[in-house]
Amino acid sequence: MTDANMPRTARTTRTIRCDYLARVEGEGALYVRIRDGCLQDVKLKIFEPPRFFEALLRGRRHLEAPDITARICGICPVAYQMSACHAIENALGITVGGPLRELRRLLYCGEWIESHVLHVFMLHAPDFLGYESAIHMARDHGDLVQMGLRLKKIGNDIGALLGGREIHPINVRVGGFYRVPERRELQRLVEDLTWACDAAEKAARWVATLPFPDFEQDYEYVALRHPAEYPFNEGRLVSSGALDIAVSEYEQCFVEEHVAHSNALHSAMRGRGAYFVGPLARYSLNFARLTARAQHVARACGLGETCWNPFQSIIVRCIETLYACEEALRIIASYERPERPFVDAPAFPGRGFGCTEAPRGILYHRYQLADDGTITDARIVPPTAQNQKTIENDLRGLVPRYLDLSDSELQWRCEQAIRNYDPCISCATHFLRLDVDRGGAAAVP
Amino acid sequence: MARLRKPKLAVWKFSSCDGCQLSLLDCESELLAVAGAIDIANFPEASRAVTGGPYDLSLVEGSITTPHDAERIHRVRRLSRFLVSIGACATAGGIQALRNFKDVRDFTAMVYARPEYIDTLARSTPIADHVPVDFELRGCPISKAQLLEVASAFLNSRRPNVPTYSVCMECKRKGATCVLVASTTPCLGPVTQAGCGALCPSYHRGCYGCFGPMENANTDSLNQRWQALGASAADLVLAYRTFNACAPAFRDAAAGLDAERRP
Repeated sequence: MTDANMPRTARTTRTIRCDYLARVEGEGALYVRIRDGCLQDVKLKIFEPPRFFEALLRGRRHLEAPDITARICGICPVAYQMSACHAIENALGITVGGPLRELRRLLYCGEWIESHVLHVFMLHAPDFLGYESAIHMARDHGDLVQMGLRLKKIGNDIGALLGGREIHPINVRVGGFYRVPERRELQRLVEDLTWACDAAEKAARWVATLPFPDFEQDYEYVALRHPAEYPFNEGRLVSSGALDIAVSEYEQCFVEEHVAHSNALHSAMRGRGAYFVGPLARYSLNFARLTARAQHVARACGLGETCWNPFQSIIVRCIETLYACEEALRIIASYERPERPFVDAPAFPGRGFGCTEAPRGILYHRYQLADDGTITDARIVPPTAQNQKTIENDLRGLVPRYLDLSDSELQWRCEQAIRNYDPCISCATHFLRLDVDRGGAAAVP
Repeated sequence: MARLRKPKLAVWKFSSCDGCQLSLLDCESELLAVAGAIDIANFPEASRAVTGGPYDLSLVEGSITTPHDAERIHRVRRLSRFLVSIGACATAGGIQALRNFKDVRDFTAMVYARPEYIDTLARSTPIADHVPVDFELRGCPISKAQLLEVASAFLNSRRPNVPTYSVCMECKRKGATCVLVASTTPCLGPVTQAGCGALCPSYHRGCYGCFGPMENANTDSLNQRWQALGASAADLVLAYRTFNACAPAFRDAAAGLDAERRP
């Protein structure tokens, strides 16, 4: 990194603008201001139009929360359905256990596989190899892209079978499911999932050979931790600092701020500031709960029990994909069809909290219910909103090291660093535009 | 006319969840074949590479909710030979059109601490309210099979084969038991356009209207049926007011029930 530290353009000013950050979900922009070779300001701007979900949930019935909140995000609808169900169930005082709980984990495995593989092969890997898209990459790496597409499809097949369809599944309800599958229906997934484990391992070993910048930051990782499982739906919220709280204490420890440049609220840990959610945080806080094979492959890919380089999140996504495939096989092997597809969820007044691990990190929901189950208040904190400050911090750390790059190369490097987080701006409200202002008159704030 | 070049496709996003454009990336088995047959010229969610217009086919996802987007859709129209709006947001305003029944300033204040930072229109409206649209593809989300059918139809100068009959037709064809008759489960299937493959009834739940109203939907008759099952006018209003709340037939049905409730 020696020559990268030498600002080639000291005392000159340049403005770089990228009107649309591609290969992210939603609409955002990045603004970078450089004066005389010094980085002055970084803003991740989210101009995805707000959709006011928390407001439009008021007056809706408690059983509608999973179907309505799924529409916040077409990439991770299952995460919204899971957090909504858990929060409503918490308010009603019911718990869902046994095979129904296992089926929820299985559905989440499907979403993790689909979402991670989409990001690894179609959104992120092309950055490391200098391709504009996976379709461009497929011209030189056809077999790998084909493998990724098949792997992604297997994740979607789980969603289609268990959820009815991949995007906005129809089969999830407060208390469980509308219909639970027969053993033999799930058995049909076994052959593909067995192939998928090997494909996920191959993907991990391949992405581990990509060129990674030597870049680590002092992050505070936050994720769920469960005594026995790699976390999906349940656990305590823990951090690489001293945090260890119940989900119901979330709002005492985390605050949201509204800043002028973003339609997504910025999250911060009270008294501590930026924090980091998502695959790197989960992995680093839960390594011991991965399967033996996932741990072995992670080590073979050069990862330790924790990983602090956000660019290597692409490897961790592959490790989590491998885990999800193995976990899906475990659930299917031990599945006994429950007699009833759901636990009754009669209306009951109260307040409930839920937090589950969306592919991009923790997703918090809180609902207040009236006597007849009507939702009177709702609060939703998506993972990308929580990572916004950390993304800006990464860019502050990264840009000074790459000032010698041309404008277009610097822009691409910044985009890649943003894509490390697989930002889902649809969730955070929602397209990225990059302005690098090196002090020219055309600067757009 | 012989085509000397691959047709150019553009995908545009307005206010939405990204799910409908993701449907294109979810065509895993067909994606590389599609990319071979057409030039994916502008699809930011999938590629950094953008080729300028005009485009042979634009797929437009999302509803219009900001003054900027109300301008931008006109530019998209000018650049597009055919414009197809995809999904409940683009064809009916989406779930975010629930604001149309309230004062959006209250909504902003409920969600955001500094409402003055938010630039939003009072109503969420479908694409066809702003520019001429060549075809509206329904669904929340759209069906992948219908998306491929519509894209293929427009690029081959033929009419898309997308049925406008009800979910009931799909249910019968599938041999699914009628949940409304057999288990007295309230179901919007009789007034909802087909396209999902009668998913909900196949999973033992009532249809909740993702594909919006069918052609000539008889909502009055369905209302009576639901009320005979014990549903209240309030239940029906909520059922019509979801992802296609501002599709005319659902909007009018809910407004009628609302008026009865509050004479």
